[in-house]
Amino acid sequence: MNNSATARANILARLKAAPRTAVPERPEWQPPVYDADERVNRFASVIEASHAEVYHTSADAWPALLAEVMQRHGLDSLMYAPGTVDGQQVATAWGTLEQAPALVPYDRPVEELKDTLVNGVAAGLTATRAAIAETGSLVLWPTAEEPRLMSLLPPVHVAVVRAETVVDTLAVLMASQHWAQQMPTNVVLVSGPSKTADIEQTLAYGVHGPKELIVLIVH
Amino acid sequence: MSGDFTQRAPGALNDPTLRRNFRRAMDGLMTKRAAQFQDTAAWNALRARGAAVKARVVSKLPELLEQLEANCTANGITVHWAESTAEANAIVLEILQAAGAKKVIKGKSMVSEEMELNHYLGDHGIKAVESDLGEYIIQLAGEAPSHIVMPCIHKNKSEIAALFAEHIDGLGYTEDVDTLTAAARKALRNEFATADAGISGVNFAVAETGTLVLVENEGNGRLSTTLPPLHIALMGIEKLAETLEDIPPLLSLLPRSATGQAITTYVNMISSPRKPGEKDGPEQVHLVLLDSGRSRVYADEQLRDTLRCIRCGACMNHCPVYSRVGGHTYKFVYPGPIGKILTPQLEGLDCAGDQPHASTLCNACVEVCPVKIPIADLLVRLRGESVHSSDSPAVKGAGSRHNWREALVWRGWKFMYSHPLAYAAGAKVLSRLGNAIPDSAPMIREWTSVRNRPKFAGKTLHELVREEGYDHE
Repeated sequence: MNNSATARANILARLKAAPRTAVPERPEWQPPVYDADERVNRFASVIEASHAEVYHTSADAWPALLAEVMQRHGLDSLMYAPGTVDGQQVATAWGTLEQAPALVPYDRPVEELKDTLVNGVAAGLTATRAAIAETGSLVLWPTAEEPRLMSLLPPVHVAVVRAETVVDTLAVLMASQHWAQQMPTNVVLVSGPSKTADIEQTLAYGVHGPKELIVLIVH
Repeated sequence: MSGDFTQRAPGALNDPTLRRNFRRAMDGLMTKRAAQFQDTAAWNALRARGAAVKARVVSKLPELLEQLEANCTANGITVHWAESTAEANAIVLEILQAAGAKKVIKGKSMVSEEMELNHYLGDHGIKAVESDLGEYIIQLAGEAPSHIVMPCIHKNKSEIAALFAEHIDGLGYTEDVDTLTAAARKALRNEFATADAGISGVNFAVAETGTLVLVENEGNGRLSTTLPPLHIALMGIEKLAETLEDIPPLLSLLPRSATGQAITTYVNMISSPRKPGEKDGPEQVHLVLLDSGRSRVYADEQLRDTLRCIRCGACMNHCPVYSRVGGHTYKFVYPGPIGKILTPQLEGLDCAGDQPHASTLCNACVEVCPVKIPIADLLVRLRGESVHSSDSPAVKGAGSRHNWREALVWRGWKFMYSHPLAYAAGAKVLSRLGNAIPDSAPMIREWTSVRNRPKFAGKTLHELVREEGYDHE
């Protein structure tokens, strides 16, 4: 776009013609640090305070627990990612259960799955790359196998968190995993179900995203 | 007199519903913010870091913009530059028309308010639907936001209930917040599913990685930037972060300062359009960089501190003027203390020159600003600029409020206070005759319209002291 090129040249010329000032140093700042044995509990209690439902479980037991929790909530279907470890585990485990919610795979582009995603599925299951103790946040790192919308459009989002992936803060996580060198298409931090306080500062859940967030912490 | 804040203020002050709505909201927001920053040492360290991070951005702005552009482009994001809001609107329209888009769903963006984008798109046959609940409410009401973070803060439950009953089919009058929210969800779900494009703002654009960071609670930001096949992000040229490592301290400041939340429900980090093999996300991502006066402000070393702002709104939440008159009294897009320094700079002192005067200089905004913008100093500077012609090319409309009578009085005052004999003579005259000046005299009239007029003592202080036997030598 030609106009944009002219605008670019003019804007940068004006900015560069302005007097230069010294670049200040970043003063010391330490994000909070928690005891290793407190970390997971803190994560759980903070995200619970943000209206998430938290369950502690084990590597083998979580699919059955999820089926039970979903039945209790009256949720009859789960969208899952058939290409992920967690997706395969839930599919295998639920295959042996007498009663389990229906499994709906996110196995093709959104264009072919829009109706199901927008209106046709009760919950969506995702893994998490990490979780943050300070703010009670899940770190979602969507991939081709586990797309973005499965944690967003269904009314309930179920996230599996491995206890050993809980870190103190976002700052520590970004540095230790070298995010700056490998940012994917999309990363999202999730700290509770969708909410709003736009009407008289009264909290209401599920305005656009999930109304409920279920977190399974796998120890 | 330029602008008409002064004319609008009494209307707001005499509206008990508006006063009550703002009072309740501001008290709540101040209490929640204070609870987040109880540890003073931690607040000071975090704030010093945040201020330095944004001051670095300002000091390296042209280079960081070039770096951001290069990294976004490498990531597959198309970058556009607009000098004016008209150019930005034309760019957005061109992108939408090229894609054959007829309907866009919008996440919250103050830059789009600057552009009056919805109006512009509507004139060109494209429907823009606001999806942030607060923005949706004021779009139904045909109003502008009254707060930069909580756009419909001026409305109470019953006003919103009446609005929804009128506009949403099948929903009667209800003040139940969950029912109202569910109704909006249902109405907007369909709009999301059928929108041809999503438009969002940007909280921080990371130059180092070409990443757009967007914070929100509702999920409408995620939806607007994920579900439609095309995403257009709008940002002012100052809303940068230098490195990804700078994001955590800024994220630790923004939601806590804004709404007293430790973090927003969602923090989106968008670095590219959908890649081959990925099953969702927009095929195209565009970033529009809007100048609209910002590069002019940048020419001035003091005024450019304004460009550090991260738009948390804490200054307005704590402002004794804003909390009484509300956002609409300011008339411009950015109300409250940040608006009082930003608007006259972007729009010019000739059309918004009364804004820097709508302040008591109480410093509450300065104390809570998470990036330490010296708002009070800038207010004073702009007050000066509005009456003096300026050497600084940064100040549009400088001197536009110059008034020869006022200038003459101040010159006389200055002379008196720097010449002891003139002072003694002048004080003597005023102590004898000052009370005889009528209330209707120019300048006295404005001053006494909202204040009791002080009475001159019969004798000057110097005279009284001398009578007591003291000699000033």
